[in-house]
Amino acid sequence: MAGGNMIARHEGSDRLIKISLLVVAFSAVSVLVIITIFIFEQGLPIMMKYGLKNFLLGQNWFPSEKSFGLLPMIVGSLLVTLGALVIGVPLGLASAIFLTEFSNRRVSRFLKPVIELLAGIPSVVYGFLGLMFLVPFIREKFGGSGLSVLAASIILGIMILPTIISISIDSIRAVPDSYREGSIALGATRWQTVRMVVLPAARSGLVAGIILGMGRAIGETMAVIMVAGNAADIPGSLLAPVRTLTSNIALEMAYASGEHREALFATGVVLFVIIMILNFLANLAARKQYRKK
Amino acid sequence: MKKRFRLKPKVEQKAVQFLLCLMTSIAVLILIFILAVILKNGLPEISLEFLTKNPAHMGREGGIFSTIVATLYLTVIALLVATPLGVGTAIYLTEYTFEGIVTRIIRFGAECLAGIPSIIFGLFGFILFVNKLKFGWSILSGGLTLAFMVLPTIIRTSEEAIKSVPAAYRLVSYSLGSTRWQTVTRVVLPSASPGIITGVILSLGRSIGETAAVIFTAGSALHLPSSLFSSARTMSVHFYILAREGISMPKAYGTAAVLVIAILLVNIVTYYLMGKYITRSSRE
Repeated sequence: MAGGNMIARHEGSDRLIKISLLVVAFSAVSVLVIITIFIFEQGLPIMMKYGLKNFLLGQNWFPSEKSFGLLPMIVGSLLVTLGALVIGVPLGLASAIFLTEFSNRRVSRFLKPVIELLAGIPSVVYGFLGLMFLVPFIREKFGGSGLSVLAASIILGIMILPTIISISIDSIRAVPDSYREGSIALGATRWQTVRMVVLPAARSGLVAGIILGMGRAIGETMAVIMVAGNAADIPGSLLAPVRTLTSNIALEMAYASGEHREALFATGVVLFVIIMILNFLANLAARKQYRKK
Repeated sequence: MKKRFRLKPKVEQKAVQFLLCLMTSIAVLILIFILAVILKNGLPEISLEFLTKNPAHMGREGGIFSTIVATLYLTVIALLVATPLGVGTAIYLTEYTFEGIVTRIIRFGAECLAGIPSIIFGLFGFILFVNKLKFGWSILSGGLTLAFMVLPTIIRTSEEAIKSVPAAYRLVSYSLGSTRWQTVTRVVLPSASPGIITGVILSLGRSIGETAAVIFTAGSALHLPSSLFSSARTMSVHFYILAREGISMPKAYGTAAVLVIAILLVNIVTYYLMGKYITRSSRE
């Protein structure tokens, strides 16, 4: 029968479509796998050749003398990321709490889109303004060259603000109003309600926002290069210059060749592994909170 | 038990409210300051000439025309490659399969990809496209690298958009005898399109502003790109080089202003679309 034939034909083409979609759907996974393979293929051999320990714990980065110690950059990346969180998280969470729970509706209706629009400002712009305003300010007030851990932390902290604020606002708003009403009905003040009811309920979303901000901070390159000074030494103070893993790659990639280039890929490997570990830990934390609830 | 010093709840409430208000003002003022500085110093630089002339003397003089063209080429390639892949992935995840090990692997892959910093994409693009496939520093290498970078964003937003299409639409379509593919292409996708477009535009904004992934794949040649295989300098790379090498601060501000305005426009369109989308889906 013609009808049955048509259905059979449709079923056949549907299967074809399903298979092609499955192939497409694996594009992201394949890209991830290919990236991992390429970075490790380029970076691992030299790490093995000179010893993993020398790479991770070596303090001297002199590519021309075949000395590839990445410790200063590992410490540098972790330091500025921590600094960014110290600045960005309190300001970001406070803004999110204020805009959702304490300000009037019109203010938050206006400010949330403004903040989200600012999330799109490219990181180079943040770095440039840091160089023009923040670095001279630090130089005059605190001494040193101004190109420092402090400058990098502040710039990264500001850069991750929009991310943290907008995700936190979303997760605080997602807490049902009945929770707040229940708490207020029991005689709690607004702040007590926020602290003991709303924030714990929104916790997994807040953690997710902070993780995303952290990822952005540790992976940022251009903004950091512009304000961090980039000396490949472990910084002795907040005012000392610092070089991160990302800037190590970007600064030298243009002219590196041979083992030097491989060492930059090895830097990429270390960065890659650190980010995967941080993401894993953070996801674990978020999930645990969620389950406890 | 240790006795803790405590403020009266009402006093505490006032204090906290004040503190939160102060911190919010600081955060918002910093962000607005950034925008204001760029526009104040950059807008006077922008003229028809600045937008339509090629840079001269390393960018010290002339305009930024070639960098605008390069940025457009790169983002168009990125979106042309990433959109079908991303939307296809989303269709598969939502319409063609059940939750299970396969969807978990795909989602995990997309999530991990989203967390990879752009400089790693730059390294990868450099090795694969520039070196191994011998595309050289080119628009093609840069565009493909960007495509991979924005892929997770497009997957995530498309998936959300498709998921929010009411199940009733699909049921009606099936009951009229349509196949799955017909339902997807004629009912689900049109209905999810504002959400999908939002994701695409979001990715557009991100590709315009990207520097680290582009500088090692598209290179930094200043001339007007003539083919897919010619090296080109995008606006953000141009801005970075102008600022970092101190070539010309006025030109740097001008470029930054064009860059920021372009991205703000893109984001405003996204926001408008998203608003429309939300009001529509909440009405249903």
